[in-house]
Amino acid sequence: MDTNGVAGLGVLGDPSRRAIFELLARHPCTVGELAQELPITRSAVSQHLRVLKDGGLVVSHAEGTRRIYRLNPDGVTALRAYLDRVWAEALTAFGKAAQAASVDSEQEDV
Amino acid sequence: MSSTPTIPPLTGTVTVDVPVDQAFRVFTDAFGSWWPAEYHIGQADMATATLEPRQGGRWYEKGVDGSECDWGQVLAWEPPHRLVVTWQINGHWQYDPDPTHASEIEVRFSADGPQQTTVSLEHRRLERLVDGQALRDGITGGGGWPSLLELFAKAATNQT
Repeated sequence: MDTNGVAGLGVLGDPSRRAIFELLARHPCTVGELAQELPITRSAVSQHLRVLKDGGLVVSHAEGTRRIYRLNPDGVTALRAYLDRVWAEALTAFGKAAQAASVDSEQEDV
Repeated sequence: MSSTPTIPPLTGTVTVDVPVDQAFRVFTDAFGSWWPAEYHIGQADMATATLEPRQGGRWYEKGVDGSECDWGQVLAWEPPHRLVVTWQINGHWQYDPDPTHASEIEVRFSADGPQQTTVSLEHRRLERLVDGQALRDGITGGGGWPSLLELFAKAATNQT
């Protein structure tokens, strides 16, 4: 089965990035706060945040010496990324169901 | 005239080894059998989801407690090649009955051969979902996104 166009799952395809996305949806956080909540290093958190920022899902601003990260408040990109993931999973599930139907009808033909 | 900028549509394709009419039937008649159950909007766990096979038909989920929640409706019913439905689930992960807030999903089924079909999906007019500030309120005020993200987290957990 070819899932061309849906297999990548976009920016939220990575479990750590999904976890960061989810934490930021609850409240803005610093890198240190995110690292405390997750089983990954600060440097890994920073790398994921960079991808999320490049993807337009997350924005940041400085407060004194701290940098605070939050979901992009225009929300559009975040919603789009979420739905992208919904469709990726849904089409994959549909593909499996259709393949199963194919096997069923072959068995009926025999 | 709307000031909301257009959001690029989402697209996806999948190729399956079944005839085009069977692919269409699995997608529509058997919709509830393959739709990932974690993506639903009702309070109760989802028992099934249904796509009524006609133009103007309802697209809705039924909960294990018998409650029903609409997702959208069928705009075009052209078996076995084309299907258009509205997706009226907003940033609060709730059904929005206002047709001006309805995004659209078009699904095309094309036969690559007698036993192979490519299914292409486009989810468009996404900007309509974010009209009315629902999404912005959800993100900045809490409310919509936490529940949506619970589903999200559940989905992610189930994957691992």
